[in-house]
Order: sequence, then C-alpha cells, then structure tokens
Amino acid sequence: MPDQTFKLNGEMVTVDVADNVRLLWVLRDVLGVTGPKYGCGINVCKACTSHINGAAFNPCSVPVSKIKRTDEVTTIEGLPGTVGKELHPMQEAWIDEDVAQCGYCQPGQIMAAVAKVNQARREGRVISDADFDEIRNICRCGTYFRIREATRAGAKNM
Amino acid sequence: MPLNHHASNQAARPTEHGHTLASVMTDRRRFLGYLVAAPTLAAAAEFGLSAQRPAEAAIPSGPQPPEIYDLNDMLRDAALPTSNLITVTINRDGTASFALPRAEVGQGITTSTAMLVAEELDLPVRRVIVTLADARPELLFNQLTGGSNTTISTFTPIRVAAAIAKQALLQAAAIELGDTVDRLTAKGGVIQAPSGASVTYGELASKAAVRQTRKVAVTLKAASDFTVIGTAQNRIDALEAVTGRKTFTLDLDVQDAKPTMVCRAPRLNGIPREIRNKTEVLAMPGITHIAMVSSGVAVRGGTFGQVIDAIRALDVSWTAGTVAGKSDESVLTELRAAELPLAAPSLGLFVKTVESSFTFHFRSNSALEPNAAIADVRADSAEIWSGLKSPIVARQEIAQLLGLPQSAVTVHVMTSGGSFGRKLFYDAALEAAEISQAMGKPVRLMWHRTDDSRVGRTHPMATSRIRASYRAGNVLTFEQRHTSVSTDFTHGLGEIITAMAAKLPVGGNLSFSETIFALSQEVPYNYGVTDQTLTEVDAAFNTGSMRNIYSPDVCTARELITDQLATAMGKDPYAFRREFLKTARARAVLDKVAEVGRWSRPMPSGMAQGIALHKEYKGVNACLVELDCRPQTVNRTIRDAWTGPRVTKVVMAVDVGLAINPRGLEAQMQGGIMDGIALALTSSLHLKDGYFLEGSWDNYFYTRQWNAPPEIEVIVMPSDIDEPGGAGEFGVASASAATACAYARATGTMPVSFPINHDQPLGFVPKSTVPPIPQSPTDGLTHTY
Repeated sequence: MPDQTFKLNGEMVTVDVADNVRLLWVLRDVLGVTGPKYGCGINVCKACTSHINGAAFNPCSVPVSKIKRTDEVTTIEGLPGTVGKELHPMQEAWIDEDVAQCGYCQPGQIMAAVAKVNQARREGRVISDADFDEIRNICRCGTYFRIREATRAGAKNM
Repeated sequence: MPLNHHASNQAARPTEHGHTLASVMTDRRRFLGYLVAAPTLAAAAEFGLSAQRPAEAAIPSGPQPPEIYDLNDMLRDAALPTSNLITVTINRDGTASFALPRAEVGQGITTSTAMLVAEELDLPVRRVIVTLADARPELLFNQLTGGSNTTISTFTPIRVAAAIAKQALLQAAAIELGDTVDRLTAKGGVIQAPSGASVTYGELASKAAVRQTRKVAVTLKAASDFTVIGTAQNRIDALEAVTGRKTFTLDLDVQDAKPTMVCRAPRLNGIPREIRNKTEVLAMPGITHIAMVSSGVAVRGGTFGQVIDAIRALDVSWTAGTVAGKSDESVLTELRAAELPLAAPSLGLFVKTVESSFTFHFRSNSALEPNAAIADVRADSAEIWSGLKSPIVARQEIAQLLGLPQSAVTVHVMTSGGSFGRKLFYDAALEAAEISQAMGKPVRLMWHRTDDSRVGRTHPMATSRIRASYRAGNVLTFEQRHTSVSTDFTHGLGEIITAMAAKLPVGGNLSFSETIFALSQEVPYNYGVTDQTLTEVDAAFNTGSMRNIYSPDVCTARELITDQLATAMGKDPYAFRREFLKTARARAVLDKVAEVGRWSRPMPSGMAQGIALHKEYKGVNACLVELDCRPQTVNRTIRDAWTGPRVTKVVMAVDVGLAINPRGLEAQMQGGIMDGIALALTSSLHLKDGYFLEGSWDNYFYTRQWNAPPEIEVIVMPSDIDEPGGAGEFGVASASAATACAYARATGTMPVSFPINHDQPLGFVPKSTVPPIPQSPTDGLTHTY
C-alpha cells in the first residue's frame, strides 16, 4: 500500500493506507485521532469538521490521497497549537458559555466557528446572524443559541 | 426513610405530637445511611430515600392520576424495596468520587450530581469526580435513565451519603486536632479548629475509614444553607468536550476491536437469507470477517471506510421484513380504525362543541452519535461497552443471547453522544455481542447513519382526536383519544422482570404503555369532565420513547383546541388559559412569558405569536413563540435543507421546583425548544413501501442554524418547593405546541398534520436501498471555507 504523508497538528505523519480511504478513517482508525467524529459519512452533518491549511473542511469526504505532502491538517486536538496556548480563545468561549451538552458535535462546531469568524474577517465583517444561518453543523442536543453566543464572544479574543 | 414520619405540616404551630415546625423540618432532613468498610472513607445511602412530600391541596375539577401520583413517583417508588447502596468515597488526594448508576447522555446529570456531593461535603465542585457505574443488577429498578427522573430519584440518597462522609471527616478531624466536632469548620476540603490548626480531607481519607460497615444517622443541610445547589454551574465535562478528549464508545481503544458494520435489508427488519458473493467481498482490502447474524450481514475490517466499501459490494437476498407494503397512508388507516369513539355529550341546550383530529407522523430519535458498541465475547465471558440507559436488562439479555451466566458478562456504561430516548434500548450492544460471538473476535460496531435513520427506533405515528364542549363561559367536557402505533417499552423499568412483563402477549406492553400514558398525561385546565385515553396498535415497527414520549403530541393537540375554545368563547388565548388554569404555579409561568414576551404586541401580517403551557415531571412551564410565515421567509432556499416558517423568538418560563443547576436547566430548555420546533415544523420520517425514506441528516430535517430562533429567553422561576423536578425532556411539549399555535394564528389555518411540511412534496431525493448505505463523497476539498 502507498505511503501517505502530510502535516497533522504540527507534525509530519506518514501512514501506509490505500489512496481511496477517506481521511476521517485515517485519522480515527489508523492514527487514533478521535476528536473529529463520525455523524454521517457524506458531508452533511459536519461532525468531523477540521481545518486544511486554515480552512474548514470535512475529512469524511476527502480521499487521503488528495492530501498533499505540503498540506497542513488541523483537528480539534491541534487547534490550541495554532495560537500557541493551552486553549484556543474559541474553546475558552465554549467553556465560558457552557455550550456543550452531549458534546459529540462540539469539536466540529468549534472548528467551524473559528473558520467562519476568519471568513467574515477576510470579508471585512464581524460575524452576523446571516453567517450563523450558513453554518451547517448539526447539533441534535439543540445548542444552537449558545453556539451563537460563544462564537461572538470567542471572536473578540481571536 | 426519614427517622420520623410526620405529616408535612407547613404551618408554624405545634403539631399533634407537640413538635414545632422547626423540629418537623429537621426531622424531614434526618436520614440513616452507612459507613462502609473500605481502605479510605466510604459513606453510603440506600437508593430510594426521599423526603415525604406535602399532600396536594384539593382542586375543584377532579384530579387526574398524574396530579396525585405521576410517572416519576412510579420510577422513584420502584426503587423503594431495594436495599442497595450508592457510595461516596473520599480519596487520599482530597477528592471525592461517586459512580452514578445512571447514563450521562448530554443532559448534565454528572454535573448536577457533583453539585449535590459538593454541597453536603463542603468541597469545591471541581474536586468531585463523577463516573458512570457499570451495570449493577443488584440495583434492580434503579439503573434506568428515563422519564427525566434522575435528579428526582437521586436528590436525597446522594446527599445522605455525602453528608455521612462529611460527618465522619469531622469526627476524625476532632481526634486529629484535639478538639470537638461542634467547634470545627469545614471549607473547601479543609477542616479547621479555632486554634488555627487544620487538616485536609485527603489527610483524613484513610484515618476516617472504617473496618466494619455500620449504620449511622445524619441531618442534611437546610435549603437556606445551600451554597452550591441552586447556583449556576458550568458542566464538569466541558473541558473534555471542547478539546475532543471526551471519550465516546467509538473512541475507546479496545485491543483488536476492529471496525464492524452491518449490511441491512432494503425493507424494514428484513432478515438475510443468503450471501451470494461472500468470498469476493472477503477478499476486498482490509476485510477480516463476514458473518450472517439475525439483523443482517456483519462485516469487520481495518477501517470503517473499507467496511463501507465491502457492505456496498455485498450481494444478499432478504426477506420482506415486518412492515412489507405499508406506507404512511396505510398506517393512518389502521390508526383511524382503532380510534375509540368519543362519548357524545348530551349536556342539554346551548351546549356547543369544538372538535378536531390531529395526525403526528413517524419521527426519528436518532442521536448524533449513532448506535454503537464494542463487544469482546470469549468462550466463557463477555465484555461490552456502550451508551446504555437500561444497562441491567441489557446485561441480562446479552447473557441470555450468548448462553453465558449473567455474572460472566460485564457491561460498561459509556457516556453517550445524545440519546433522546434512543439509548433506552441496547440494540447495538446486543448486536455487537452476537457478532463478536459469531466471528470469535472483538468488534467495534457502528451503525451507519443511514441505518440509524431508517432502521433505528422511531417515535410512533399517532392520531389525537379531541372534543371539548362548552356553555356560557364554562368548558364542560374535554375528551382526548390518543391512538398510536405501539410504543416499545420492553426495556421495562430497566431490569428483566418488568421487561418480561412488558413482553407478555396479554396485557404486556399495552398495559405498560397505558400506565406510562396515564401517569404522565394531565390537562392543566379546569375543563370539567376530563377523559384522556391511549390506544396502541401494530407492534411491527422499531419504536421507543422519544424525548418527552407522548407529551409533545398530546400537548400540541390540546393547546390547539384550547385556542379554538378561546376563539369560540370570544377570548384571548392568554386570558383564556389564565382563567382556566388549575394552579397558581401554572398561572405564574404563563404570566411570566406573557409579560417578558410582550404577548399580543403588534406584528406584521404573516407573523404571529403562540402561547402554550405544559405540566409534567413535578413542574410546569409555559412557552411563547414568535413565528414568521411570510412568503419571503418561507420560500428562502438553502442547499440540501428545509427552510419554511422561521421561529424568530422564544420565551420560556419553567418552574421545576428546586432547580439544582439553573444553567444546566436553561440548557435543557433551549435544547427542548429546538426539538419542539422540529416536531411542529420540519422533522419526520416518510414510510413508503415498507421502509423509511429518510436516510441521513440531509433528509431528516432536524432543526438547524437556519431554523433556530435568533432570540431565546429562558426564565427559571423561583420556587418554594424544596425538591427538584425533571428537566431533560421538559422543554419539548410546550415549545412544539406554542409553535403550532403561532402557525395557526399567523396563517389563519389550524394545522392538523405534523410536522406541517410532512404532506408537502418531499424535500429530498431518497437514497438507494441496495446498497443500503451511501458511498462517502470525494469532493470535500471543494467545499472549504
């Protein structure tokens, strides 16, 4: 089987896995990185949301062979490292606002929130209700209201 | 039991026994528990302890069963005959630990439990470690997580155990510090003498331990001395949740438990006849085992991706399943035929009636974490890990299935990624055990989302017919005939005895359903002669309790008819409810939402408010919803999504008696509101030709950010009731009802079929049934942001 090499949470990793295996299973089943969750496998629930080169994406829908050696993949485990702290400001806001209930979707929600705030900034805006309406991450516990509050709070410290 | 049983006379005068109120109140707080022989201090209490509740005041229009004895009383009292202990242990590092015999599924009970322990121990909440207990058959009825009952059942015994631990720590400290207990103060895990000398709980942990278990009495803190209970606390598992370290079943690292899934039939509950290409599929990359089991064809492999590929490649012949040929229409016909007739009121001249029949379609209680379990079955033992709300009966049934003695089966209760009733059953645990035995290997079983949606348990379809009669400003009769596809309660009260009773062919599940219905449903209004019945038919579907069970449907129908009555009698919906409500507690929450939500404020055409009330779980709540049904809102388009009417604002006032953690309670109400909106507007399963069409979250339209109200206000009402009520399911019914009422007022048409989008053209293209699960896309890098 071919070797797949890329940067994961700040470190180069090489795994021996077939080209078409989706990155989510490489992370979870091969590398033991379990922050990104399975919720659908077809890129509609967004529970596995992570970052590639700083942009939000869903590893359930990317064959590992499409990840280039120069690509940098960040999962929830690596998010604090992107700011060189114990916790990313968005994670701190999530704790302050007591967002999580069951917690299953929350790694994905936080990764989506960080990307959404950055996207709004690139467009010269602060995050708005219209932006929240574009977030597709499902939360079956229904924490949407606190997600909005925490994202606004977290954005202030980003 | 309390040491002294006095009637809970609240008046400040001597009782017939000559006790003053103060002594009665103290007696109500005095309990027996145990110091348990252990290496460090361990204090225990019997599960089922409860302070005697004050008698209910008499009410004018005849009480319904839940007003006197409700479902939570049954769940609590089911535990009384057991003499089994729950234990608080003080550790050498100064922390306290407690293994909660309940399932944390997101509802926050580990946090509220830590608060109870912290309160009586005078220890910071963060130094209380709460874990989930393995299945403990000796607890009999007392390891079922359901009916929003955890806090109601555990409030007293957990505090008793913690208070006994604190008392033993003080006694050990008195010896250590050469002083007397009454002169010592405990704070933050340190006990101090007036001299300034001090000793920590950690230092006392071994010294306070006992060699022989013995019974001791203790007095609990008075509510006026609470410093933790009733304060807003963040969840104790928040850090783990936001860092991805919170461990769910599928995240567990169990040796050789390789990814495993099941290829399922194209029609509901079809069973496999023959695998036509086993050899070819077994040769696919990574695949290690294929086994035919009772629910389908199980495949085990190196990664879930490889297992998905194999399942899609399998060629299997199947039976037609348990609901072959059935559809929404045919089930509705069955329900209508089974409806009990309404009694025709012959109440004389000038009596008018309001009547309607409502349909509630099948809904999915699929949590975001799909059904999952790890099983390691050996020749003479088995070990299972899964999110389980009924672990005792799960263990008993697994043992039976495997042909092992119960004692050879260990069942670990994992924290769940949501439940909503789904995890009352143990479908994945049982299936994983069967597969592991068949393959002779440990397995990590995951249901594909499509299986979870199409085959997983549902909230059964139901109809609710209501007729109310009125004359001259009075409601004379209120009849509600609720008719439902059978709701599966065969988990019983969480152990095998009542589970077996629920499976008996005569009486059996129906009498169990009727009991649950009778003990949970109650009309909160003075509607004269009130009669609510449940009839259930057709047990061929995979059903179960879904968050709030019957209540969202029963309440939505009742509140819509209440609005009809108000209109017919020329009254405002709020004023009408206020006039007919039975209790001051109910009027208080209704008044609060009307005031905070500015009831009847002017709104643009196409928008409206709705107001509703629900009483259950020893509490009452009211909900005010603002709904936007204007065309520009209803017709907005979002890719792979259902838009429709938008709830723009929700105000909910909730009185649960003593709110242990108001912040957690608020979170549960917010979540319940999202469920209520989904039930009223968007979420259902369509049954067609013997299977459910919805195959994932892009088909099953649970509330999403674009449906969620931008404004929510939850008001936790102050209460003079000193015991807690239930919270986990409590927000759903009134939110669903208020949304439906708002829809009727915004559009001028009362909806009679729910969710309101169910009968509109399907909002998605159904996924294939053969293969039974979809392939993962490959274009993920084109959807980045």
